[in-house]
Amino acid sequence: MADTTQEHTHGGDTAPGDSREELLSSLKAYVIGLALAIILTATSFWAASTHVLWQPGVPIGLAVLAVAQMGVHLVFFLHITTGPDNTNNVLALAFGVLIVFLVVAGSLWIMANLRANMMPLEMMDLHHQR
Amino acid sequence: MTATTTATTLGGHEPPHTHHGMPASASAAGPAPKRIIIAYGFWLFLLSDIVMFSAFFATFAVLGKATAGGPTGAELFDARNVAVETALLLFSSFSCGMMSLAMDARHRGTFYLGAAITFILGLGFLVLEMREFANMVARGATADRSAFLSGFFTLVGCHGAHVAVGLLWLGVMVAQVADKGWRATVLHRLMCFSLFWHALDIIWVALFTIVYLMGVR
Repeated sequence: MADTTQEHTHGGDTAPGDSREELLSSLKAYVIGLALAIILTATSFWAASTHVLWQPGVPIGLAVLAVAQMGVHLVFFLHITTGPDNTNNVLALAFGVLIVFLVVAGSLWIMANLRANMMPLEMMDLHHQR
Repeated sequence: MTATTTATTLGGHEPPHTHHGMPASASAAGPAPKRIIIAYGFWLFLLSDIVMFSAFFATFAVLGKATAGGPTGAELFDARNVAVETALLLFSSFSCGMMSLAMDARHRGTFYLGAAITFILGLGFLVLEMREFANMVARGATADRSAFLSGFFTLVGCHGAHVAVGLLWLGVMVAQVADKGWRATVLHRLMCFSLFWHALDIIWVALFTIVYLMGVR
C-alpha cells in the first residue's frame, strides 16, 4: 500500500482541515487566527457591556462580530478557503449555512407572526365564558 | 491502485500538502485518497450537527424572553464567567491546532503536550459551565421553571455534552497514538477530532453572542 506517501500528494482536492502551505505556513495561520479571534471576542464583550455605543445598534454589531469570528475560525483553524481544491468543502458549507438560515430565520418569522395573530388573553377568557 | 501509478513518485520525505505540480485533473488521478474522503464525510457530519444546533438556536431565540415571571438572563448570567469560558475554549482550539501540527511533523512529545493542554483547557471550560449550571439550579432556575430556561439548558447543555464527548475522544486518541503509533487509521481519527474540536468553538461563538451577550439586553 503506497497509501501513506500518496495520501498527502493527491492533485485534486483538499480535505477540510488541510492547510495550503504556499499561502501561509500552518503555524502562522493558527497564530493569526488566534490573534484575530481574540480581538473579535474582546470587542464583542466590550460592545455588550459599554454604554458608549448607541444601544439599539449593539445587537447588530454583535451579530456582525460573531459572523466575522466564525469566518476567522473557518479560514484559519479549519482551513476552509476559496482555493480551487476546496470547492467541495465550500459547497457543503454553503448548503449548511442555507439550512441554518432557513431554520433560524423561518422559526423567528413564523413565531413572530403567530404571536402577532394570537388573541389577547382577556378576549380568550370572554370566549370561554360564553 | 490506479491513483498510485499516475501520481508522482515523491517518496516519503516530502512535507505534507505540497501538491502543486498537479496532475491533469482530480478525476484523471483516480478517486481521492481515503484521507480526503474521510475528512469530507466528517465535514458533512459536522455541518449536519450545526444544522441540529441551529434548531436549538431557533428555539432559544423564540423563547428567550418567555421567562414566565422567573429569573431572566440578566439576573442569572455572569459576564466574567462567560469570558473566561470563551478564552479557555479558544485557547484549547489553538492548542488543538498545535497538536495537529505536531502530528503532521510526527513529534510525539509536542503532540502529547498539545493534547494535554487541549484536554486541560477543555476540562476547565466544562467545570466552569457545570458550576454555572449548579449555581443556577441552586437559585431555582431549573429547566422546568420557564420556556427561556428550557431553551437555555437544552442549547448550552447540548454544547457542553459535545465538549464532554470531545474530551473522551481526545483521551482515546492519545491512548491510540501511544499504543498504535502514527498509523493511517489513527491519523485519520485525529484529523476528524481536530475538525470536531474547532467546530465546537465555532458553535460557542454563536452561543456566547446570542445567549449571553444579546440575552442580557
